[in-house]
Amino acid sequence: MTLIIQNLVFGLFVGSIYGIAAVGLALVFGVMKMLNIAHGELLMIGGYVSFWLFHLAGVDPFLSLLISAPLLFGLGVVLHQVLYRHIARFETEQKIKNSMLVSFGLVLILQNLAQQMWTADERSIQTAYSGVGADVLGVALPYTRMANLGLALLVVIGLHLFLSRTYLGKAIRATADEWESAILVGVNIRQTFLITFGLSASLAAIAGALVVVGYGLSPSIGLAWTLKALVVVVLAGTGSVFGVVPAGLLLGLGEAVSGIIAGPAYREVFGLLIFVAILVVRPQGLFGRA
Amino acid sequence: MLEVKSVNASYGDFQALWDVSLVVNAGEIVVLIGPNGAGKTTLMRTIVGLHRPSAGNVVLDGHSTARLDGCELVERGVALVPEGRKLFGGMSVLENLEMGAYTARARQARAQTLAWVWQVFPVLAERRRQIASTLSGGMQQMLAIGRALMSLPRLLLLDEPSLGLAPLIVQNIFDVVNLVNRKGVAVLLVEQNARAALEIAQRAYVMERGRIAGQGTGAELLSDPNVRRAYLGYISTGKNLAEGT
Repeated sequence: MTLIIQNLVFGLFVGSIYGIAAVGLALVFGVMKMLNIAHGELLMIGGYVSFWLFHLAGVDPFLSLLISAPLLFGLGVVLHQVLYRHIARFETEQKIKNSMLVSFGLVLILQNLAQQMWTADERSIQTAYSGVGADVLGVALPYTRMANLGLALLVVIGLHLFLSRTYLGKAIRATADEWESAILVGVNIRQTFLITFGLSASLAAIAGALVVVGYGLSPSIGLAWTLKALVVVVLAGTGSVFGVVPAGLLLGLGEAVSGIIAGPAYREVFGLLIFVAILVVRPQGLFGRA
Repeated sequence: MLEVKSVNASYGDFQALWDVSLVVNAGEIVVLIGPNGAGKTTLMRTIVGLHRPSAGNVVLDGHSTARLDGCELVERGVALVPEGRKLFGGMSVLENLEMGAYTARARQARAQTLAWVWQVFPVLAERRRQIASTLSGGMQQMLAIGRALMSLPRLLLLDEPSLGLAPLIVQNIFDVVNLVNRKGVAVLLVEQNARAALEIAQRAYVMERGRIAGQGTGAELLSDPNVRRAYLGYISTGKNLAEGT
């Protein structure tokens, strides 16, 4: 029984990373109508920033977010200006296709670049408090994993406040809803796109730090995380930014349950089954509008 | 205040506007009528910068708007109520109106303008927390007009505001257009309800197949036999089909 609960709890913890990884993808998809396959690569680069800051300067991985998130915002802005800006001019359907092609090319470039610079070795961070945690009725609750969950909730609350309370946040939502009307009321949507993309890259940096603390980091992890994030976005419902974190937690839990029932080898299959099932049964997602 | 000078506009190979010229003076109500596909909506979109003319010029207060971004025209006092309303569907009534006052100029006066819009459309005030996409068609149109008013326009463009609405609501919307105009706002109105539109118009243009096919005062066009036959439901005997006599 304790083992089952332990599994579920860890599912929840990993689910919180899925949530943060997916929020950035959902934001770009919702606002810019682009699918950024290279989102996982941004996560990977963010992870390396945290890793090297820890390794070379001894910066705590959670504190390093204060550096890596703004840094990735900058990288996102550069990528937007060099690549994605040009796709934004196409019609919706063309936008999706072209953004997938272009960002897949970017995946290959960033992956190889990371391998050249940092080798293919798997990296992770062992802090002084890694492996330490609370124990509730025999269920281990490592501090780093609890911090994941806390950070995920903090991020989604912060994002919610930003999108619902500030003029800039509302402009982003308005652009997602009806971009022509956003122009009509005076929103500079090119600026909105730029900020959205930067924000998405920052969110990837946060997810990257959590990955390097709790799991492993190597140049090739990007696509796997993009895929997880994509499953979560579809599960939440495309266009539902706020549904993403609960959907991430749900996927983490679901994977844990399927791991218990069918064995750990089938954990990954579960996500893909959910992906197909949701598209067939409820294409608007769990929290999306029809 | 607005001059459209010999504008051509195209979608790819299809040219939608041919040498279109039109003037709206300060304080006027100008109506644009014409069949579907005549290019009325394209003209409206070209005026607000959502579509770029391939030739010709849109001039606002004596300055060409060619170099302006679409989002900069609102700041200069031009607001469009687009065809099909194009509300921010996931946002509340209040948020839609707040977005209307996005520009720095409008933001300063937001509280007063909002109070005025609530007064013009009391039903919107009752539903300020409701999500825009769940409103009825009439209320959505009111909200679209309210959103445009929030930007404190000097020139209000309305693209088919009465489309698909019940007669009582159409009357309400025409009353509001008149009310706004009396406050000194110039209006350019595209309407398929030609009779009601021509009755409140000082001047009007007729568009056909991408060209301006006629113009005159509202009264002139109301009595023009061609206009009566094509847009007002009269047959050649002069009897009104709509009145069934």
